[in-house]
Amino acid sequence: MSAASAGIELRGLKKTYRTSDGPIEAVRGIHLEIAPGQTVALLGPNGAGKSTTIDMMLGLTRPDAGTVTLFGRPPEDAVAAGAVGAMLQSGALMRDLTVRELLLQLASLYPHAEDVDETMKLAEIDGIANQRTQKLSGGQSQRVRFAMALLTNAELLVLDEPTVGMDVESRHAFWTTMRRLASGGRTVLFATHYLEEADEFADRVVLMAHGEVVADGTPNEIKSKVGSRTIRATLPDVPADELERLPGVSAVERRGSGVVLACSDSDAAIRAIVATYPGARNIEIGGGSLEAAFLELTA
Amino acid sequence: MTYLRYELLRTVRNRRFFIISLAIPVLIYILIAAPNRHAHNLGDTKIPIKVYFMVSLAVFGSMNAVLGAGTRIAAERTTGWNRQLRLTPLSTRAYFATKVVTGYAVACATIALLYIVGAGFGVHLAAGDWLKMTGYLLVGLIPFAALGILLGHLVTADAVGPTVGGAGAFLAFLGGVWFPVGQSGVLHYVAQGLPSYWLVQASHVGLGGAGWPREGWLVILVWTFVCARLAMRAFQRDTGRA
Repeated sequence: MSAASAGIELRGLKKTYRTSDGPIEAVRGIHLEIAPGQTVALLGPNGAGKSTTIDMMLGLTRPDAGTVTLFGRPPEDAVAAGAVGAMLQSGALMRDLTVRELLLQLASLYPHAEDVDETMKLAEIDGIANQRTQKLSGGQSQRVRFAMALLTNAELLVLDEPTVGMDVESRHAFWTTMRRLASGGRTVLFATHYLEEADEFADRVVLMAHGEVVADGTPNEIKSKVGSRTIRATLPDVPADELERLPGVSAVERRGSGVVLACSDSDAAIRAIVATYPGARNIEIGGGSLEAAFLELTA
Repeated sequence: MTYLRYELLRTVRNRRFFIISLAIPVLIYILIAAPNRHAHNLGDTKIPIKVYFMVSLAVFGSMNAVLGAGTRIAAERTTGWNRQLRLTPLSTRAYFATKVVTGYAVACATIALLYIVGAGFGVHLAAGDWLKMTGYLLVGLIPFAALGILLGHLVTADAVGPTVGGAGAFLAFLGGVWFPVGQSGVLHYVAQGLPSYWLVQASHVGLGGAGWPREGWLVILVWTFVCARLAMRAFQRDTGRA
């Protein structure tokens, strides 16, 4: 591994959590290399292992197996050098300080921190600079967390579901700001369960389900894999792999006597279904939402 | 350091913590000492009440102030703020140092306030005795700082109040903060193994005590070492770094 080319490298990462209901394999062996300057979306439904992967990547959780290097260093070293800015999904802000004071306190820890007032403008929190952190709404807290990540001026930004809790308007403003920042040569990795966000913003989409990477490619490649429409039908006694071979069908899930087909070409698929299986009933075509298709498949 | 400055600011703004470690000891002292300011022979010991309770409450207040580091650590763990902090260049050592320094700052404020109120009631000590007593107190608080950090990693924010408060009250009671420990018997032996007993002895420099014999230093040292080791273990377990 040469230090010059090293961006982010995850090798064979595994993590199992022991719970009272038995072990849960949150991450089952992930390999990922991200070149410096790339913007990567980690896409997957809740429980896909995105947050656990991010925690291991940042050195917050120790993997059961595998290694992580950030710019050729272990995560702890990269974090200590101030090379990582992160926006975590959960967790309250520290109370009893104003937004501005909290940011000033954190900025003092970074060698090349951005100006706090500039950052507050960028994250659109300059209006709440003097409010105590415990009095903020969910959306406001989320923007403060965003400012905390920006403040670091770090080479790598890691954002775990950054727009959760934001309204449509803030979400839009958030991505506009992010796009500007990412064009400055930063490496950005964000987790999301919105295919739209991944599609619009990332150069590369890594699709995760059940603790594994199930697809990795450009947003267009992922969209064609995930399928753009879903067809539901009552169709007992037909094996799923037979349906999968139909034209235009990219994936199949059986639910009792019903089936859900994710389609790359739903027109071709529906003709094939009607022609091949006259017994198919209750046929519905899902309204073309990529998200719905994606959720159907990975749920 | 800017980081420490805002940590102190936060602490001062946290009313509950500030009242418990600062206002309550001073208030209790005033309630006890004001009506008894001319009582010069507490329990036939020839010790004035206003002196005895000044030093006792200095022990009680400063002990709680330093243990309070645990309360804040537990709160930061429970809300997830410590995860955020672990993603900053702030080192683990600096994180704990900030907590300890903050605890000590409140402890010093508590001690100073009690001295001032005590002096107002007419407590007179030689300058050397004020200093010696304060010095012993500050050293005697070290194991409590380690204990606070330990407890802060063992329990969640919901439970940390009763745990830290309970541990503080228990140690204060057995160590002889509220009334002197007898000179013999089981309790006497138990008490001598506790850091709070020696913290009380430290404060009794102000009553003409001589400070610590060798076993006093030893008990403080052992408690510091054991609590610090356990705290480190708890920290590593909590952060998943074995």
